[in-house]
Amino acid sequence: MKTSARGPRLRLAPSELDPAGGTALELLETRNLSKRFGRVQALDGVGITVRAGSVLALLGDNGAGKSTLVKILSGAVRPDSGEILIDGKPRSITTPRHASDAGIETVYQDLALCDNLSVVQNLFLGRERSKGVVPFRRMVLDRPSMEREAARAFESLGARMPSLHSQVSNLSGGQRQAVAIARAVVWRRRVVLFDEPTAALGVEQTGNVHRLIRRLRDRGVGIVMISHNMTDVFAVADHMTVLRRGRKIADLEPGSCTPDDVVARITGSDIAAESRL
Amino acid sequence: MEPAVSGVPDPSGEPSHDGFVSRLRQGELGFIPVLVALLVAFVVFHLANPYFLTPRNMSNLALQVGVLGVMSLGVSLVLFVGEIDLSAGSVSGVCAVVLVLMASWYGIPGPVAIAAAILCGAAIGWIHGKCITVIGAPSFIVTLTGLLVWQGVQRMLVGNQIGQVLIDDPLVLSIASTFMPFWLSLLLVAVITASAIVVCSRRWKQQPEAAPFDRLALLGHAALFPAMAIIAVAVLSNHMGVPVLLLVLVGLALVLTFVTEHTPFGVHVYAVGGNAEAARRAGIDVARTRVILFAVCSAFAAISGIIAVSRQYAVDSNTGGGNLVLDAIAAAVIGGTSLFGGRGRIPGALLGAIVIGSVANGLDLLGQSANVKSIITGLILLAAVSVDMVARKRRIRTGAAGA
Ligand SMILES: Nc1ncnc2c1ncn2[C@@H]1O[C@H](COP(=O)(O)OP(=O)(O)OP(=O)(O)O)[C@@H](O)[C@H]1O
Ligand SMILES: [Mg+2]
Repeated sequence: MKTSARGPRLRLAPSELDPAGGTALELLETRNLSKRFGRVQALDGVGITVRAGSVLALLGDNGAGKSTLVKILSGAVRPDSGEILIDGKPRSITTPRHASDAGIETVYQDLALCDNLSVVQNLFLGRERSKGVVPFRRMVLDRPSMEREAARAFESLGARMPSLHSQVSNLSGGQRQAVAIARAVVWRRRVVLFDEPTAALGVEQTGNVHRLIRRLRDRGVGIVMISHNMTDVFAVADHMTVLRRGRKIADLEPGSCTPDDVVARITGSDIAAESRL
Repeated sequence: MEPAVSGVPDPSGEPSHDGFVSRLRQGELGFIPVLVALLVAFVVFHLANPYFLTPRNMSNLALQVGVLGVMSLGVSLVLFVGEIDLSAGSVSGVCAVVLVLMASWYGIPGPVAIAAAILCGAAIGWIHGKCITVIGAPSFIVTLTGLLVWQGVQRMLVGNQIGQVLIDDPLVLSIASTFMPFWLSLLLVAVITASAIVVCSRRWKQQPEAAPFDRLALLGHAALFPAMAIIAVAVLSNHMGVPVLLLVLVGLALVLTFVTEHTPFGVHVYAVGGNAEAARRAGIDVARTRVILFAVCSAFAAISGIIAVSRQYAVDSNTGGGNLVLDAIAAAVIGGTSLFGGRGRIPGALLGAIVIGSVANGLDLLGQSANVKSIITGLILLAAVSVDMVARKRRIRTGAAGA
């Protein structure tokens, strides 16, 4: 059945990674994405670009369309129109399977982990490694191999786990995030989408998640992160895209603006100020 | 070789969560409640009537547990994904009728008739599963419908006859009346012991720095089933030997244990039971998993019906009726399976069925009526669920929430 636990593997030479983000590898691009829910235009012609080894923060007020955009990229929602390009080639992503085939992993707000399963079982869920002799080839779980790979993933992320056999229900919020993120590492994902990864976390755990996201980025993964939290954004983002009422309002760089500027763009107070002139 | 634990130790010094002692402290009781219930039942019935523990009566008990045991194995699977199957009794009845009519009326050879009855069960379960996943109706309603419909079908098929239809197919009759030669029993014990050693040694390696008591518990855990097998063989050999029926029951339990605990499909079953949405997002075909489990559950119900025919030499409109399906669900729950899904193990259902079977057998010896059996079984179920609820509160308190 599912034999290959490895997706397309991304190995980037350091020279390919452009820290400035200017000409870096474009892993994923959207063009003119639109989505309507009844009378709400949730997305209206939005284009974003995700580059290898960089973090794109997706910003906007409640209802701006951020989650809708992420759901489209993860195959949970179908866009009405528009294009998704992977490595510059158009690709249709209409099911979660398509998204994972394209190397896209989503770390959902509610984490989508099975509390009753162990850390390793969650890491490999849906793509268990198996072994076995004829006639039971690929029938038996290959636990040692999965455990080794999981230990390696957590080590490369610098994440702490009490034990790989712990039930996920015993983990803290930050550790649960680490499991979800390690899933992206184990499955060799190229693009990882985060929907408010630190929303439910305290200060220390938020710091841990920032560290994990940076580690993931340093491995050459392209990251999209939804957040309402300016600390998050300025801690990890390389680029920012602001949405308002389904439209893209601005592309910003954290180096060339302040949190206040960003908040002004999000809330639309800059327009209000302009129109009063 | 890298250690199986993450390279970066947890600086908070939290104890490992997978040792036996910490599991107990977190309210994961495992098979302890059902084993206690079994021990209590054996001691009480032995004290009340020493005939209870004789090889002859134990042989009888082994035969009596077959129908209920096989059904509760199947029902457990459905409970693991948080669904329920109320129709298993009716399905076993209708498949029993299919078997008998094919063998007795049309003279179809035993093996073919048995295979047809099992396939018939699987097809019925497949229909139930499809109704649940496609229509989106709750399994309680769909299988309640199944209970009524298949009971009606069974009565219609048998109804033309007066009372019951007899069967004389040698293969069908031999299932419940054949005993294994001694060497085969020994082989069985050897297989169970070997698999316990394999599982135990793997767990042992998994926990390089386990506490001494955890190690002891691990050994105890591993020794449990081989010890039970050795005792069973020793006792039963003093009568007619180990019944083939017991081999069928234990064999089916081993197969399901293997599938649920050592294959990718088994992980998917528990994932669907624990968090169906997470399973779906991980690419697991949740609907397909459910349909397969309902089909397997009903196939097991059919096997249980075949065993019932083999024991009664006949089928009637009550085959598979009465409390059977409720006892099967109770057996699984007494064995530690949660009705909320995601928690429970196959051997627990087997042990639960033995508890219920022992109570029925013991009360029979004491000359008690079916009403008393029903009351006692109900009280044991309540006790099992109460113990689990207390443990569950503890799980929630220690942060191990969920089902
Ligand atoms: N399944 C749906 N059915 C109907 N309307 C929807 C659906 N999903 C989203 N919407 C609407 O689309 C708009 C955009 O929603 P979306 O969830 O993308 O916003 P968001 O930017 O993620 O907001 P928040 O910051 O509150 O999470 C909202 O007006 C929302 O009500
Ligand atoms: Mg949102």
